[in-house]
Amino acid sequence: MNSELYGKLVFEISREGRRGCSVPVPSDAAGAVEKSIPASLLRTGIPELPMVDEPSAVRHYTNMSTNNFGVDTGFYPLGSCTMKYNPKINEALASSPEVAALHPFQPAGTAQGALEAYYMLQSFLSEIGGMAEFSLNPYAGAHGELTGLMVIRAYHADRGDFGRIKVIVPDSAHGTNPASAAVAGLQIIETRSMPDGTVDIDDLCSKLDDTVAAVMLTNPNTTGMFERRIPEIARAVHAAGALLYYDGANLNPMLGVARPGDMGFDVMHINLHKTFSTPHGGGGPGAGPVGVRAGLEKYLPNPRVVKQPDGSFAVVTHSDDALGRISFWLGNFTVLRRALAYILTLGAEGMMHVGPYATLAANYVMNSLNDLYLQPIPGPCKHEFVFDGLRDKSTGITTLNVAKRLLDMGFHAPTIYFPLLFHEALMVEPTETESRETLDAFIDAMRRIAAEAQSQPEILQQAPLCTPMAHPDETEAATHPKLKWKDLT
Amino acid sequence: MSHSHPYFPHTQEDVAAMLERCGTGTLDAMYADVPASLRMKQPYQLPAAMTEPELKRFFRNLDRRNEPLTCFAGAGVYHHFTPAAVESIVARSEFLTAYTPYQPEVSQGTLQYIFEYQSMMCELTGLDVSNASLYDGATATAEAMLMCVAAAKKKNRVLISATMNPAVAQVCGTYARWHGIALDTIPEHDGVTSLEALEEMLGAGDVAGVILPQPNYYGIVEDLSGISEKIHGVKALMVMNCVASTLAVLRTPAQWGADIAVGDAQSLGMPMNYGGPYLGYMCTTRTLMRKMPGRIVGATTDSRGQRVFVLTLQAREQHIRRDKATSNICSNQGIMALHTAAYLSLMGQEGLKEVNEAGCATMHALARRLCDTGRMELAYPDRPYLNEVLMRLKPGLSARGIIEAASAAGILAGVEVAPDLLLVACTEMQGTADVNAYVELIKNLPENE
Repeated sequence: MNSELYGKLVFEISREGRRGCSVPVPSDAAGAVEKSIPASLLRTGIPELPMVDEPSAVRHYTNMSTNNFGVDTGFYPLGSCTMKYNPKINEALASSPEVAALHPFQPAGTAQGALEAYYMLQSFLSEIGGMAEFSLNPYAGAHGELTGLMVIRAYHADRGDFGRIKVIVPDSAHGTNPASAAVAGLQIIETRSMPDGTVDIDDLCSKLDDTVAAVMLTNPNTTGMFERRIPEIARAVHAAGALLYYDGANLNPMLGVARPGDMGFDVMHINLHKTFSTPHGGGGPGAGPVGVRAGLEKYLPNPRVVKQPDGSFAVVTHSDDALGRISFWLGNFTVLRRALAYILTLGAEGMMHVGPYATLAANYVMNSLNDLYLQPIPGPCKHEFVFDGLRDKSTGITTLNVAKRLLDMGFHAPTIYFPLLFHEALMVEPTETESRETLDAFIDAMRRIAAEAQSQPEILQQAPLCTPMAHPDETEAATHPKLKWKDLT
Repeated sequence: MSHSHPYFPHTQEDVAAMLERCGTGTLDAMYADVPASLRMKQPYQLPAAMTEPELKRFFRNLDRRNEPLTCFAGAGVYHHFTPAAVESIVARSEFLTAYTPYQPEVSQGTLQYIFEYQSMMCELTGLDVSNASLYDGATATAEAMLMCVAAAKKKNRVLISATMNPAVAQVCGTYARWHGIALDTIPEHDGVTSLEALEEMLGAGDVAGVILPQPNYYGIVEDLSGISEKIHGVKALMVMNCVASTLAVLRTPAQWGADIAVGDAQSLGMPMNYGGPYLGYMCTTRTLMRKMPGRIVGATTDSRGQRVFVLTLQAREQHIRRDKATSNICSNQGIMALHTAAYLSLMGQEGLKEVNEAGCATMHALARRLCDTGRMELAYPDRPYLNEVLMRLKPGLSARGIIEAASAAGILAGVEVAPDLLLVACTEMQGTADVNAYVELIKNLPENE
């Protein structure tokens, strides 16, 4: 797009006298607010919101969108984020006139379709997770973690076991794990990873005692490796009286292969925006449903959707054993509808292929590049893998350089500098919805970059060269924060 | 070996060639490290795949059992008008299918709308800085509570008004319970937060923050004069939970002296969608900026000298601070921030004022006419209200009975606050005919309905 012409903020195209919308207003409404409320309770000064006409507003945002890269734009191999295709029919069915105008507090009898959708999705997720029951209320993966840890605390509290104040997480864990534990009022103990990224069981066992509430794991782990000793880990955790928590961030490769409940996990969350194809939305809204094994259902948060003996659905807003309430109502409902549509579209048979195809794609890319990029962990991987930068370290080309050059070549960058186990981590997750041609094009780009590192390293150091913007001054942004339009002048 | 499905691009030939590259003979062999005892022995017990037309029919059948009603309910969620252009803008898949803007060079669209959103929320609240959004108004309030305790360092008692929306108070209570915060309720007096009780509670000297609603759960616009001085006098923070649309006309959190403004932005034109997605907003002062949870976007320049936008002040966040972070928030309600920015761009200051005037005028007219039926009265007749009010029912009527009877007539009469208390809200969406129908319904209700 032409940034000179269209690159302004919406405030900068505002003109007194323009408006982008008409509102039905009763004839006697003018001045109603001043008549009803004492002046001392009214604001002085009007909010300076933009004044734009509808065509200008639409063009403004449409042009902004062309400065964005999404899954629909191109390959988005962002490790640990599962950027799979977001089906269009799910968007079409996410809402409807009958859903958009549904108030959360209207009588359950007038929202039976919504409640059935919720109930059906929680049943499907229970089957897929190998769990007894799910709450779909958590709004995001981190929110699911927090809720799951509250379930665990409620369970221990219910048994009168108040001394369990620690959570063990691997040192490779995503930052939300320790942060969620801290918000849930728990202390964090890190356990070491083996050189292959899996849990060091001896180290883990040495930390298990009667102060541990839970152990949080992803499986496969952050480096894309399956924790093959998970039954042993589960036994040790349970023997110590703690519960085992499954962070569903990496559930995708397990679809059709193994269920967390069968692995011995007691509580889990699922990121519907990863495994179940709901769009990431530039950072939400997502959904992080929490599932529990039999015996823990009563601790799930309220409100809950229940099926009554007559087959109708009701909402329970209070129960004594529940951990409490973690959302205004029943979660991000239109996100839940999308995930339901996805499961119904794949069906039992299709769902069996998701994991294997995702794993195939990752291994294919890894095996096509590991002669040029350093593969620190011997394969095969699961849905994602980590390279520790280029094999040839003599060029000085970093993972950041590689990532930025990929942007020039029409690809989103992989996740970089995570997990923290590797200095030059470059984490690739291709997902099952990418064609072999796309994967080949990515492989080709990565190989060209490795060649450029030898022949023209300066290009890599300057990259990206073809994106709408060049290297941003992030230090300036942080030291002199300009966080709103009025800070600019 | 391969399974043909619209979402799987894999032909049999592709699968074979890819396996060959990997040096594994079968897809199964890639899972050799998964113990046989853990492997699924049978397919999921799920329905068979539906084709797209079948799926549409399935959802249409579900939707037949949802009955949208003419909405006079609020209690935190309001039926406002959503311009078609807003829906069109948020459906742009370049926005919708992007992840969190970690690579600013290819994420300027996302970053710019967040910057615009932040600017607009600062205009509405009067405060200095906004984050990129939190989940909903209830969790945003709980995050503000965590922020108060983190900022106070050693104090961990927070006060919340009894006039707060109970769903919001319950979420705060849950976070407080497990995090180890003493969350105490400030009693109400005649429909508003009791200032005497608040002052007494502040006297203990151990309060980190005070959370107050505006308008409150009963629709009352509370007079918070002098409160911020008292709260700040004991070095506590003042948090206001405000219905976002009303910020356009009511005295702002900044003008009341609040340190943190939070709430739900649903009232800024988001469809009700049976509870979500909405958006929790949070704004604060420059002083507290580095204690604020969530993403924040800032402006800077790139090496070509252009103005560009980046995620900034990330040292606050969970991926850097891990267990030292005040919040675990990661992804939030991204696309709903665009929904808000596009809505506010189209409505502008004029449109938002009209929305408030329309809701206020309709609400007051309806309240008068409901009182005229002789079957209910204002629960707090001396308190000012904007577009929501609490009605006390005369003996013989119950809130539940009215709601049931009205829903049979296609009207959502309000929300039950107590057996004899009905909370009623109006917006620009209820016309004269709707109001007439509601009033007639109440007039004609039999006793004990």
